[in-house]
Parts: sequence; structure tokens; C-alpha cells
Amino acid sequence: MAKTTVQPAVQAVTETKRSPFKWNRILRNWQLYILISPVIAYYILFQYVPMYGIQIAFKDFIATQGIWGSPWVGFEHFDRFFNSYYFWRLIKNTLGIGLYSLALGFPIPIILALLMNEVRAERFKKFVQTITYAPHFLSTVVVVGMMMIFLSPRYGIINHFIEMFGGQPINFMTEPSWFKSLYVLSDVWQTMGWSSIIYLAALAGIDNQLHEAARVDGATRLQRIWHINIPGIMPTIIILLILNMGSIMGIGFEKVLLMQNNLNMESSDIIATYVYRMGIQNAEYSFSAAIGLFNSIINFVLLVVVNFISRRVSETSLW
Amino acid sequence: MQIESRGDRIFNIINYTVLILVTIIVMYPLVFVLSASFSDPQTVLRGEMLLWPKGVNLNSYVKIFQNKDIISGFTNTLVYTSLGTFINLAMTILAAYPLSRKDFVGRNAIMALLVFTMFFSGGLIPTYLLIKNLDMLNTLWVMIIPNAVSIWNIIIMRTFFQQSIPGELQEAATIDGCSNIKILTRIILPLSMPIIAVTILFYAVGHWNAFFNALLYLSDKDKFPLQLILREILIQGQTNDMVKMSTESAIKQQREVEGIKYAVLVVANIPVLALYPFLQRYFVKGVMIGAIKG
Repeated sequence: MAKTTVQPAVQAVTETKRSPFKWNRILRNWQLYILISPVIAYYILFQYVPMYGIQIAFKDFIATQGIWGSPWVGFEHFDRFFNSYYFWRLIKNTLGIGLYSLALGFPIPIILALLMNEVRAERFKKFVQTITYAPHFLSTVVVVGMMMIFLSPRYGIINHFIEMFGGQPINFMTEPSWFKSLYVLSDVWQTMGWSSIIYLAALAGIDNQLHEAARVDGATRLQRIWHINIPGIMPTIIILLILNMGSIMGIGFEKVLLMQNNLNMESSDIIATYVYRMGIQNAEYSFSAAIGLFNSIINFVLLVVVNFISRRVSETSLW
Repeated sequence: MQIESRGDRIFNIINYTVLILVTIIVMYPLVFVLSASFSDPQTVLRGEMLLWPKGVNLNSYVKIFQNKDIISGFTNTLVYTSLGTFINLAMTILAAYPLSRKDFVGRNAIMALLVFTMFFSGGLIPTYLLIKNLDMLNTLWVMIIPNAVSIWNIIIMRTFFQQSIPGELQEAATIDGCSNIKILTRIILPLSMPIIAVTILFYAVGHWNAFFNALLYLSDKDKFPLQLILREILIQGQTNDMVKMSTESAIKQQREVEGIKYAVLVVANIPVLALYPFLQRYFVKGVMIGAIKG
């Protein structure tokens, strides 16, 4: 029974090379093309047309002449950005927050998953999961709002504690030296549980016989975690590391924008918020498009490079 | 059967301690907000309320439901979420079904076209100019159309179609003279309810929590979604805190505002909290399906 259904399928595959069959299949499936056409139209209009619009980074955009009609200026906007007073501050903050996030935010979910995986009491495990996944569903506005309330110098509970132990209240949200830590720690608080799901899934896929064998050989819990579980989830770790490295310079812009104020600008101003300020608020479209392009090219190159290194070193890669 | 060694026991104790600590760290702020919203604002502001509500009352909630901005934000968000999710779901199915078919000529090219946008995009400014040229600024549509579909959800749904619905079923239907659209509506969709639920939840939570498009594209306050109103109350209002208070009445007035913040937080999250049990179950499934391919 199974053979009869497989046979024509195999034939169809081998015959795709010949064009009459291809046209046949396209005609036969015309409805599929109609179904997918709105999605393709959406992608072309809302994703690829903006990519075409990137050319204003090399032009002097004049609204009345449109994207196509505006005069070319070459790399003028890039020059202006690289020589601007803000350039190094933006790079330092963008990279700093990105690396800080990676250093804390990447390993913590892995450790959490490894620990949860060792829990034998199912109900306790479920409970921990239910609680730690919850903040994932809070919006950025809510999380930043909560930080504002808890860290308020006058009414915040954190400062109440500090004063209780005789300290001076700290104005966390306006203090530049606190900005990066607050950003990263609140991110860890919000996402560690959710990010651990993928590692838990990978851990569940590890063959139990490996553990049995190790136990017979007298391996301890820690040894089994180190020699079986961690190598077992390594491919997952590497894939996620690649994805995370690719977004080092593309950190959660929305949250930075919400946490930003005039007083902490020195350590909170990143490329993306600068683009927003220059482009949307000051309407310097060409200049900010150039900065945005600079940022996305770095992201893209980072991703490609990390992927390439990983393919060489560990034979795991995205493509 | 297996005897726990001393090392294993120590490991267990440390493991449980760490996990309990993590759980408390995650849970405490959430419980605090909930308790504070039911408490007398004065006790909260003075730092007397630490875990359980003190001076239980519903005044903060009453004040919220008298606030015009919050009500309009809530209604707007409901409209954006329901309409947006509906369009999202339709678009995702329209893309996922053809892409799940092995005999769909050109599916790799189309897939590449869609996936490329995950790694590179036009960026903020060109997109903004496009929306401006389309005359969509400050309309309802700007909250819905620019995010009409997400590639991530297309991949998840396509993977489900491929793996959970036997190809033989579709072949048999074709032989019986069933058209592709009929196969989709009569066979695929009825068998895909779990993944449709996941997709709806993914999109709906996304819409509920979104604020950035609104910040970029909307200028009329009566069109603002709840998250933008929240931002005004919770984050921008906070700047007053930095200014030294001079008069008694100003302090009193500010305390009123501080008091309702907790209740605002709770109200904003009620729908998500209500859905949480489903969210947890289905979202985890969604992440798993995505992980297989991703």
C-alpha cells in the first residue's frame, strides 16, 4: 500500500528537471500561487521597498523630489557620522550593552536549564517553570515601568531598603553608571526562564542510555552534566550563540529608548536611538538612514563571520 | 534501585536552593505589584507594605476606570489586537500552506525571499518614509498592515503542516478531484487547530504589548494603544520625581499618581494573565516546533 503512493512521488521528483512537467505542476497548482500572492506582495512592499529606499543614505533626500529624484552625495553622510562628536560614544555604548548582555544573558538560561533538568520532583519543576516563564509575557513598557517604580529615589522599595540599612538613596534611573547593569539585569530577569525552554527541549532529547552507562561506571551527577548533558546540547548552544552574536549591535532598541533620559544619555545613547532622534524627531532622513545602514551592515557581517567560524570549528552553522 | 551518593545529595540541596532563589527573585516583583495595587497607597509609598496588601481597598482601580485615557487606550488596543491578529493568522496560513507543499514549484526561492528579511532590512528611516508616502501615518492601518505577518510563525506553521498531516491524505484528496483550496479548508485547517491556537496567541500577545509602531506613526492621543498611555503614566510621569517638591499639595498630588501606578500595571496585564495557563502550554509547544527547524 505504502509503495504505491511513494512510487509516483519519486517519479515526479526525478522528472522535475524536464520542463514540460514543471509547467504542468505550476498550472495544476495555480491556486497555491494565488494563495501566497498577498504574502509576497506584503514582503515586496513592506520589506523590499524600504531596502530600495536605503539609497537615500547616499543622497540628499528632498521630500518634493522623492527618493529617486534626490541628488547623489556619495559617502558624505557617512563621513559626517564617523567624524561626529557622538560617534565613539555611540559605538562604545552599543557594543558595551551588547557584550554585557551576551556575557550574562547567554549563559544564565543554559545553567538554569541544566539545573531544572536535574530536578526529579515533577511538580516542583512545573512550578519553577510556570513562574520563570511569566515575565516573558510582560511588555517592555511594563518592565521599564516596574523598574521606575521600584527604583524611584523617593518612593521605591529598593531605596527604602537602602535607607533602612543607613545608606543614601540612589537615583538609579538617572545615574549613567547604573544604566547598563539595570538594562542587562532586568533583561535576564525577564527572559532567563523563557530562553531556557529550548535547552530543556534539547536536554530531553539526550539518550537516557548514556546516563545509565555513566551511572554504572560510577559517574557523579556533576560529571554526567559535564560529559553528557553539555556536549549533548552543544549544537543548540552554538546555533543560539551565532544568532546572539549577530545581534550584538542590534540590541533591544525599544527598551533602551524607554529607559533613556537626558541625565543618563552618556551611557544610554546607542546607534538605534540616535537614528530615531536624528531621523524621526529632527527629520534628517538621509543622515540617519546612513547611520542605520552602517548598523545593519555591521550586524549582517558579524552574523556571516560568526557563522563561518562556527562552521569551520564545530561543523554547526545556520547555513 | 539507584543509591544516592553523598555528593549527589549535596548537589540536590544546592540545586533546589538555587532554583528556589531564582523563583523568588522572579516572583517577588510580580506579587509586590499585585499586593500594592490593592493596598493603601500611603503604606506602599512609605515602604511599609513588603509582601501582603496593607489597608486593602479598591480605590486605585476605581480611579483607573474613571481615567478617560486608560479607557480609550484599552479599547484601541482591543481593536488593534483583534483585527491585527485576524489578518496575521490569515496571512500566515496563506503563506505556510503553499510553502509546505513539496510539489510547489518555486518554494525555495519564495522561502529565501522571506527568510532574507530576518537578517537584513531597510531599517527605520526608509520604512518610515514608505509609511508616510502611503499616507498611513496616524491611521488605524498603521498598527496592523506593517506587521501583517511574521516569518517566524510562517516557519512554525509550515513545519507543522509538513510533519503532522500525512502527505497521503492530501494525495488521496487530489485523486478524488479535490482542489488545492478545498484541501486547505477541508483537510489541513481542521487538523491544525493546535498550531492555529499557538499562532493566535503569539500574534495576540505581540499586538497587546506593542508600543513602538504607535510611538512612531500615531500622533492623535485618542488613537493611542494602552501601552503608549502606560508609558506616559509610568515612565514619563516619573520625571516629576526628579524635580524637588516644594509645596505640600504638590507632594500630595504626586502621591495620588504614584498610588495608581500599581493598579495600572495590573489592569494592563489582566488579559495576558488570564490567558497565561494556555499561553504557557501552547507557547512552549510553539517554541519546540520552531526549534526543530530553526
